[in-house]
Amino acid sequence: MFILKHLWIILALPFTGSAVNFIFGRKWPKKAVDSVGIGSVSLTFLAVLEAVREFLQLGANQIPWVKNYYTWITAGNFRVNFELQVDQLTVVMMLVVAGVGLLIHIYSSGYMAHEGGYYRFFAEINLFMFFMLTLVMAANLVLMFVGWEGVGLCSYLLIGFYFRKKSAADAGKKAFITTRIGDLGFMLGIFLTFWTFGSIDYAAIFRQAAQMPIEKAAPYGVLTSICLLLFAGAVGKSAQLPLYVWLPDAMEGPTPVSALIHAATMVTAGVYMVARMHVFYSKAPAAMLVVATIGALTAFYAATIGLVQTDIKKVLAYSTISQLGYMFLGCGVGAYAAGIFHLMTHAFFKGLLFLAAGSVIHAMGGQQDMREMGGLRRKIPWTYWTMFAATLAIAGIPGFSGFFSKDEILEAAQSGPNANTWLWVLGILGALLTSFYMFRLLFLTFFGKARYDERKVHVHESPANMLAPLVILAVLAVGGGWVAAPRLVGGVDHFEHFLAPVFHPRTGGTLSAVIGASPEEVARQMDEAKAKALTAEAAEKEEEHAEQPGLAGSLLGIPVIVALIGLATAWWFYIKSPQTPKNLAKSLSGPYKLLLNKYYVDEIYGFLIVRPLLWISANVLWHGVDEGAIDGAVNGVASAAREVGGRVRHLQSGNTRSYATWVVIGAVAFTTFFLWMVR
Amino acid sequence: MGQNHLLSVLIFLPLVGSLAVLLLGRDDHEWVRRLALATSIAEFVISLFLLRGFDMGSGAYQLEEFHRWISSPPIHYHLGIDGISLFLVLLSTFLTPFAILCSWTSIHVRVKEFFIMLLVLETGMIGVFVALDLFLFFLFWEVMLLPMYFLIGIWGHDRKIYAALKFILYTMAGSILMLVAIVWLYGLTGSFDLPEIQMKLQRSIVMLPAGTELLLFGAFFLAFAIKVPIFPVHTWLPDAHTEAPTAGSVILAGVLLKMGTYGMLRFCLPLFPDAAHRMAPYIAVLAIIGIIYGALVATVQHDLKRLVAYTSISHLGFVVLGIFAFSNISIQGAIYQMLSHGISTGGLFLAVGMLYDRRHTHEIKEFGGLATPMPVFASLFLFICFSSLALPLLNGFVGEFLILTGTWQRHASWAAWAATGSILSAVYLLWAYQRVVWGEVTVEKNKTLPDASTRERLILALICLLALFMGVASPLFTRRMEATSQNLLQQMQRNRAYDARGAAPAGMPEHCDMPAMAAAPALASAQVARHDSVPERRAQN
Repeated sequence: MFILKHLWIILALPFTGSAVNFIFGRKWPKKAVDSVGIGSVSLTFLAVLEAVREFLQLGANQIPWVKNYYTWITAGNFRVNFELQVDQLTVVMMLVVAGVGLLIHIYSSGYMAHEGGYYRFFAEINLFMFFMLTLVMAANLVLMFVGWEGVGLCSYLLIGFYFRKKSAADAGKKAFITTRIGDLGFMLGIFLTFWTFGSIDYAAIFRQAAQMPIEKAAPYGVLTSICLLLFAGAVGKSAQLPLYVWLPDAMEGPTPVSALIHAATMVTAGVYMVARMHVFYSKAPAAMLVVATIGALTAFYAATIGLVQTDIKKVLAYSTISQLGYMFLGCGVGAYAAGIFHLMTHAFFKGLLFLAAGSVIHAMGGQQDMREMGGLRRKIPWTYWTMFAATLAIAGIPGFSGFFSKDEILEAAQSGPNANTWLWVLGILGALLTSFYMFRLLFLTFFGKARYDERKVHVHESPANMLAPLVILAVLAVGGGWVAAPRLVGGVDHFEHFLAPVFHPRTGGTLSAVIGASPEEVARQMDEAKAKALTAEAAEKEEEHAEQPGLAGSLLGIPVIVALIGLATAWWFYIKSPQTPKNLAKSLSGPYKLLLNKYYVDEIYGFLIVRPLLWISANVLWHGVDEGAIDGAVNGVASAAREVGGRVRHLQSGNTRSYATWVVIGAVAFTTFFLWMVR
Repeated sequence: MGQNHLLSVLIFLPLVGSLAVLLLGRDDHEWVRRLALATSIAEFVISLFLLRGFDMGSGAYQLEEFHRWISSPPIHYHLGIDGISLFLVLLSTFLTPFAILCSWTSIHVRVKEFFIMLLVLETGMIGVFVALDLFLFFLFWEVMLLPMYFLIGIWGHDRKIYAALKFILYTMAGSILMLVAIVWLYGLTGSFDLPEIQMKLQRSIVMLPAGTELLLFGAFFLAFAIKVPIFPVHTWLPDAHTEAPTAGSVILAGVLLKMGTYGMLRFCLPLFPDAAHRMAPYIAVLAIIGIIYGALVATVQHDLKRLVAYTSISHLGFVVLGIFAFSNISIQGAIYQMLSHGISTGGLFLAVGMLYDRRHTHEIKEFGGLATPMPVFASLFLFICFSSLALPLLNGFVGEFLILTGTWQRHASWAAWAATGSILSAVYLLWAYQRVVWGEVTVEKNKTLPDASTRERLILALICLLALFMGVASPLFTRRMEATSQNLLQQMQRNRAYDARGAAPAGMPEHCDMPAMAAAPALASAQVARHDSVPERRAQN
């Protein structure tokens, strides 16, 4: 129980690594820097594994496991503890963050080997690990917010890693500011939570919220407000409509950063938050609908932009936005476990896609434009095969991890308790587009003829420390979904089952949600739980009936069909008949331009918000109000006074001593006046 | 009765130091600096003993000193601190050594006078924070104006005369009002002694008609509002900051502005609670305007120092909002924000001063790409920027978060509007940072700028360390404010309770500064309880 008692060690390890590299790394050789960086994260990963091992031995009544270390903020009855917790959801997140994080650290030691600022990179990415783990291990909302803002800081620093490039510096700033807009909502959500429940600790607020009625219809209650406010934070952090604009630009950062922060972990923080707050969301169906709608719309919208991008990382960026949309769609229709499942498989395959893309870029000597690639399949086979596996996974080809998770989400959207046909249709269309643009990427990069100058670009496979993470992630991207496979034949979804104590506390064994409730209340909820279990059983039996054709149905269901259509179209467009897309772009030049320019959203924001705000600040507020109105009045009074007193004394003599004299005289006059008044 | 003379020592030590500096030779610059630094460090070390002598369980005035000074009118040398002034004194003694250190090489003319001014200024600042006699308070208030005026007027930059005059005229205008109010209050209560006046007003020995109270409140408030400064009486600040030498800006932003907000907490709230309640909505709106307005105007500045000056208006808006939300949480947040603003903005001015020492300009476009020649400076500067924009685990976050949390209870939309300041602070700071530090070096001269020297690294690193410390160890501070803050709110409630009853019950303790939560009348305590408890705002459908 050592690590569970001392959970802070998991945070202290990457933090120490970061601090050491920040302070001493600048003068150290690269070997020492990455030893500290990778070493600290390896230890973190081991500590996480040990924590998970210890956690699995806990009794159900000890979960969530909460440890309080010290009081961080206190004023009046407002108190924030530095309090960490572990439950099944945290376990999944910790493993993903520490595991993928470790792989990407190792990869970086190869990828960044020739870059300046090596120490800075490792210091910042270690710091990111610290904040991300804080985010997922926090036991209260404010501590989660600490991690939330902290990963934003690291994202800012790492996007702006090549700070001499203006575009990189701009992108870093844009990411931080855009996500802060969402964080405004998050903060207000925390305030409302505190003043509603008198606490910001998960245990306390969930216990109270669990007893509140479901806010079915207008006027919606406080839980709906809280959920919507918190979701604003998620929209920013997880790059959903309308705050997604920072993520494509964030690709200015080094590719390992894109893989770790802007694909596998940080951007999924919003999904984690919604899943963590599921007690609230489940009581606020209106907020759930908003979450699902934003998610489905984003999933489709971002996929359309991904169709025509030519920068390999930009395609992946829009794909990330789109996949995050699926996760929100899952959570929004109540399939939290499916959302988190997709979060996990996405961390595998999208992390892999980015790392493989990085390997391609590395091989091409920095080239990111897919139009300048082609035919790389034979030259960098390891990269090709791993990327191929990841593409199959994200496209949802049966047997690969993405298939299982995406299928669960779409199924919940189609037939779950909060099913919504429109959202399902959007999801299906998104899946079609996803398959198309991913195979387009694969074909453009690895197939066909080389479209670059083979005499100038010496394509070379990446070193072993970059390939090893690719291979490991490829294994996970292929096999990571099989935990859910028995579901297809009517069996147990092991992933969902593992998370059940979090998302279905009453049927899942623990009664954490009713601790502190009155005995009657407990009894009532027990009955309810029993009744629910019975209906669930009945439903399962029913499902079993439906499930028999269901195996074939799932394997050849609509999601799979559209994925295959996407694949076939991409094959037709980019291998069989490469002229087709060009002709299409010409004949549909309007929509094509719209997509190529990302619906001009950046331009619209600039035109509607940024520029007016700057103009008003400079011309109205500063020059108008400050210098014109207020100072004008002040100076007017002063000059009027000067005219009156001008004959007596030249106020503007410019001689400091004369002012000093005046001040002293003034002070003396005041004092005299004062003493005279008092007598 | 054995009095503790710690506060007197703190007031007069810098003055003695300045006299000692006076005795040194005019050209003995090295020793002038060393002596001034030694004095200020000794002062800081001694001030740390306040923490030992301070009883955090009590909201009353502590470490009091009382000497009769003038019998008619009855003006006394009455000092004392509570949870509000304790840390403001520490902030002053902490920042003065930095002001001296950062002037080490940048002041060339009238070196001796400069350091004398800084030390006299310190005496004035400490005096303001510990005086419990209104006349004494006013005296120190004026004492502190003069050195600041000279610091700007003599050692300032191009438009120093204009800036110094504007500073002094604005402040004097407020001072006159305050003086009139002090005398008027004396006429009504027959006393200059703050605890005595508080007691008389609370027990309704003296009843203030609503109109009178409003006028008195207004006079005090305006004087303090100018000092803070609150929109629209803020225009002296950007000029004063831009023209002042670095040390002047550090003290001005770090400590002097806090005198305004300190004054509100010390006088406006406990003496005139009804007027404060009546005016609170208007003041809160002004504070919110200040937060947003200051941030927007800061965004478009071309001059780095002016930009930082406008950020002060924005940050102090949070403090004023926290004070006038009358919530225990937000008031502690306001006090915390005062401290943390002193550290972060002091740090920003120190950093800007280091750039000025190198290039003799504050123009943002004269810089760019400084991370290349000055990597260490760039990192430390960024750290301070993030402390200023309220990143969690750094100092700024705690104050801002407490203020907004407390304000939300009183008026959710106030908190929501004010919170937009947290977006805007990222906009102006990160944009400025990008233009100054990131990118390619565009100006030839900047390619060879030396990185931060050991002295400069020490200065900035200490600021960063304190920012981090305040960010993670806030209970060490807020636990010492808790009792005072509760006491303050209770006094405000009690005043209202007595006014409602129209008469004071017999048998109240002699002095008003009894411990918090003691023997409050039922009505008052019920009202206090409402302030701290969680409203029953459950969903009802």
